[in-house]
Amino acid sequence: MGIFDFLRSRPKNTASTARERLRIIVAQERSQRGAPDYLPLLRRELLEVIRKYVNVDQDAVDIHVEKDGEHDVLELSVALPERAQAAQAAAS
Amino acid sequence: MTEFIVVTSGKGGVGKTTTSASIAVGLAKRGKKVAVIDFDVGLRNLDLIMGCERRVVYDFVNVIHNECTLKQALIKDKRIDTLHVLAASQTRDKEALTKEGVEKVLNDLKEEGFDYVVCDSPAGIEKGAYLAMYFADRAIVVVNPEVSSVRDSDRILGLLASKTRRAELGAAPVEQHLLLTRYNPSRVADGDMMSIDDVKEILGIEVLGVIPESEGVLTASNSGVPVILDDESNAGQAYEDAVARLAGEQRPMRFIEAPKKGFLARMFGG
Repeated sequence: MGIFDFLRSRPKNTASTARERLRIIVAQERSQRGAPDYLPLLRRELLEVIRKYVNVDQDAVDIHVEKDGEHDVLELSVALPERAQAAQAAAS
Repeated sequence: MTEFIVVTSGKGGVGKTTTSASIAVGLAKRGKKVAVIDFDVGLRNLDLIMGCERRVVYDFVNVIHNECTLKQALIKDKRIDTLHVLAASQTRDKEALTKEGVEKVLNDLKEEGFDYVVCDSPAGIEKGAYLAMYFADRAIVVVNPEVSSVRDSDRILGLLASKTRRAELGAAPVEQHLLLTRYNPSRVADGDMMSIDDVKEILGIEVLGVIPESEGVLTASNSGVPVILDDESNAGQAYEDAVARLAGEQRPMRFIEAPKKGFLARMFGG
């Protein structure tokens, strides 16, 4: 640190930003590793179908494949909106 | 016992060919019989880095297609007797390399008594990169301390764990090493570049070596002399250390601290 440092605006620590961004994306990509390629498309199409009937959020459909011994299990969960929200959406 | 070592990265331009050349030279300098193969079909460059570009007559694809013998295609290095280069073909045919063909060449090298075969992978995750890593016993993943390179390296680590012969046979996994290149200790000290520990922690594998950003790398490639042969350059010495570690020696990391700033530089924040 020089005594004239206050004259210059210090750039912020970008290395730590890089590290945090990478931690998140690498963890996410590792969790999807080995999963079938069609999952994202399946998820999107399911969301479209569900939205014909229920007004759910963009991220309401959660889908992944898990190994259970000899079998692969496709696990699917859909978060429905709370009743009040749903009713409001229906009224509008 | 022949060991197959793949030098790979996913991302281009991080220093795979520079690394392949220096690792091969380093192992050969230790008296080992070494072949280094360029898998980058269509974009041959290892010959230039090794300084033997005018001596290429036959290439890897010629051997696979039985258009010449392996002996005819192996270019003997002029500096080190035990070092041989197999150049990539300049064909545009992406299907020129086949798994069976590559396997046959690698088996022949084994029978010729080579100690190490260094496979210089092309960038990307297409066929050339796949075949370069498929038969590997060890992998050197070259990474720059930069976001896209680190992410691509993680992708490559995933492929090494699933798309290799060892993975398919359920054998012991491919031994993975990280090699950081273009490392700039001053920028790390300033918080503008990820540190060795940052990269190691994100990727979760051990670091074989750290090659500092160095002028020596460009001057070495200009003259076709692998940078490890330049004792003056930091990069050359760092490669020498990495080869020693590959051979099982313990060596401390060098050139990873920022040079101390002088009084004036500190006063004026230089």
